Amino acid sequence: MGLEAKLMSDGFLTTTIDALVGWARESSVWPMPMGISCCGIEMMAVAGPKYDIARFGSEVMRFTPRQCDVMLVAGTVTYKMSHVVKKIYDQMPDPKWVIAMGVCTSTGGMYRSYSVVQGIDHFLPVDIYLAGCPPRPDNLLNALMLIQDKIKNTKAREFQNIPLLEPVKVNGN
Amino acid sequence: MEIKDKIVPLLQEQFPETNFEVTDFRGDLKIKFDASLIVPVGNFLKQHDELKFNMCEDVTAVDWATKKKRFTIIYHIYSLENKFRLRLACDVEENHPHIESVVPVWKSANWYERETYDMYGIKFDNHPDLRRMYMPEEYEYYPLRKEYPLMGIPGDLTLPKK
Amino acid sequence: MEKLTKDDVHPSIVKALLDQETNITFEDALENEMILNMGPQHPATHGVLRVLLRLDGETIVAAVPDLGYLHRGYEKMAENMSFYEFIPHTDRLDYISPPANNTAFCLAVEKLYGIEAPLRAQYIRMIMTELARITSHLVAVGSLAMDVGALTVFLWCLREREKVLNSYDIICGARFTTSYTRIGGVAADMPDEAIVIIKDFIAQFEEKLDEAERLLNTNRIFVERLEGVGVISGEEAINMGLTGPNLRGSGIDHDLRRANPYMLYDQMDFKVPVYNEGDSLARYFVRADELRESCKIILQCLDKMPKGEIMLNSPKKVLPRKTEIYTKMEELIHDFMIVNFGVKPPVGDIYSAVENPKGELGFYIVSKGEGHPWKMKIRSPSFCNLQSLGGLIKGHMISDVVAIIGSLDPVMGEADK
Ligand code: SF4
Repeated sequence: MGLEAKLMSDGFLTTTIDALVGWARESSVWPMPMGISCCGIEMMAVAGPKYDIARFGSEVMRFTPRQCDVMLVAGTVTYKMSHVVKKIYDQMPDPKWVIAMGVCTSTGGMYRSYSVVQGIDHFLPVDIYLAGCPPRPDNLLNALMLIQDKIKNTKAREFQNIPLLEPVKVNGN
Repeated sequence: MEIKDKIVPLLQEQFPETNFEVTDFRGDLKIKFDASLIVPVGNFLKQHDELKFNMCEDVTAVDWATKKKRFTIIYHIYSLENKFRLRLACDVEENHPHIESVVPVWKSANWYERETYDMYGIKFDNHPDLRRMYMPEEYEYYPLRKEYPLMGIPGDLTLPKK
Repeated sequence: MEKLTKDDVHPSIVKALLDQETNITFEDALENEMILNMGPQHPATHGVLRVLLRLDGETIVAAVPDLGYLHRGYEKMAENMSFYEFIPHTDRLDYISPPANNTAFCLAVEKLYGIEAPLRAQYIRMIMTELARITSHLVAVGSLAMDVGALTVFLWCLREREKVLNSYDIICGARFTTSYTRIGGVAADMPDEAIVIIKDFIAQFEEKLDEAERLLNTNRIFVERLEGVGVISGEEAINMGLTGPNLRGSGIDHDLRRANPYMLYDQMDFKVPVYNEGDSLARYFVRADELRESCKIILQCLDKMPKGEIMLNSPKKVLPRKTEIYTKMEELIHDFMIVNFGVKPPVGDIYSAVENPKGELGFYIVSKGEGHPWKMKIRSPSFCNLQSLGGLIKGHMISDVVAIIGSLDPVMGEADK
């Protein structure tokens, strides 16, 4: 007895709003591809024909943060770049999630040097740390599925009390 | 006569007063001379009909961490015609390290010199646009100097607020 | 991007932008100029390149590239680790062609030590380098096509690239950060299975390449967006220090594989494609032709490759074989010493350069007779190629900028080091 049969006989379904919203959200997670270095290439491979991220409803890679739900930080974040990453993160609409792809995004990895931020959690909230240098595409897909799980189980009311961002002051005019 | 054997006699002929220190290690020819002569020597090597070192491949410095002659500036130049690479070297002192810019000779040296300035703090006189290459403009240190620690100095670079 | 404030652009960059002289005049263009920020997060800048453009209407009057968003401090790190430890780092320099960088670095260190890898290892290295060239040019052609609006070719190129990565996977167990070479040889022998995959790939590649070329070369939009855009003359290209396909697109026949042959390139039969136009289209043609030449080289290598050792047998200079470490005392000690303290090279400095897919990749190593370099300078081709960007885009439209960056094919990993 499938869904159709049920609908045919009764005409309606009962569910919770959370389940419905969660289901809708989880199957269209649009990533913000923050491809900074080598991991960005692997991210391209995920979008390519072999691994095909479209199977998970995430093929819409938009380079504008306004349309995205999850930020894929793929690559070494340096101090100079960190301000840009943060600025882009701030521009994404809530609710939003972050995947730290690769070891050097997560912890600094093999770059113990003066210019590399030792893990982006110093300035961003991170949902998933993805190990590997670079993580294989399958692993990235796994991370995406984990995010989908997380999104599915998030209650809508958890987003009610998110403090609004401080208005940005523009100097001079 | 091979091109390698020609360079030094030609240079010596042109600049009789100067002392050219020549080393040949693993087939790489290196010529070391006084820092004040870099532009005339460069011009000569580029414009000489036979040598024609028309491509500057790299400019960098070495920090020897010594009191005297702390830095050596290294130039790699290449002659497309002779398919030969030459290394020039000039010593500079620790306080106020500076050398004449070779941008008038080889245009491509522009960014290499900026990089060297960024990493070692060596000033290139008469450089058209001497700014930092990689590090932020406000940055106060020169990372590739030997006294600078690998992990940087805490607080020298800022992170965005959480 | 939100509105650019004065805080976002450092005054010195603005000054550099405004100081540039221009000889472009506009009789009836609007009076006011505009400064536009492009990057570092932009789909067409191939990573984290930032370019500040000074515009008059839609024409670019001046441009200043701003680098350093991916400056990871390689040269400083190299001074703090042994030569062996640095091999994985070379993967991440030009991260589209890691085996080529591995080879370049090992050749440099071998030059310093005065050793040479055995014959089979050299052939394997050449095969890997050429495979790397294929992947790199595929990404270059594909993303150039994507930048000017032809998405299909990009996906096709990625599909072909996956096939090469499959062979990497079997040869060294990683998809693209291979770390495959060792000082004095390669890490593991090339299995027959991988050879079959490579042969299969090459057998069908020509056809796929023709297919892609048919789609591009006869595509009016593609050709018109590239033809005559970003022209650089041969002389100017030498002055700006261009190398690799970008130099050969300007009519200068210079390829280090020919000029100063390393490994066994002097025994190979291949053409060096040269185009005289010097525009973006010519640079694309050079890359497309090099793809074919690389296939030729690989086939020749596979034919000639002898059986035999893949690692030099020189106990105090290179790592001993794993099987011997487990059974013999002396080898165990050597292994311990080499891994912990590195091998002591003679005092001196060397520069070794190879022809990478992007251009000339050189390593300048100063040794003080210690297990780690006293100084290591990486001469990266992308950095030098990018230098010409400001001059190339001057006088063009905004939409040409992406085409020009795409045709220069920079990789920020090595441009920023
Ligand atoms: S984790 Fe490894 S592959 Fe990924 S960006 Fe960092 S160094 Fe590159």
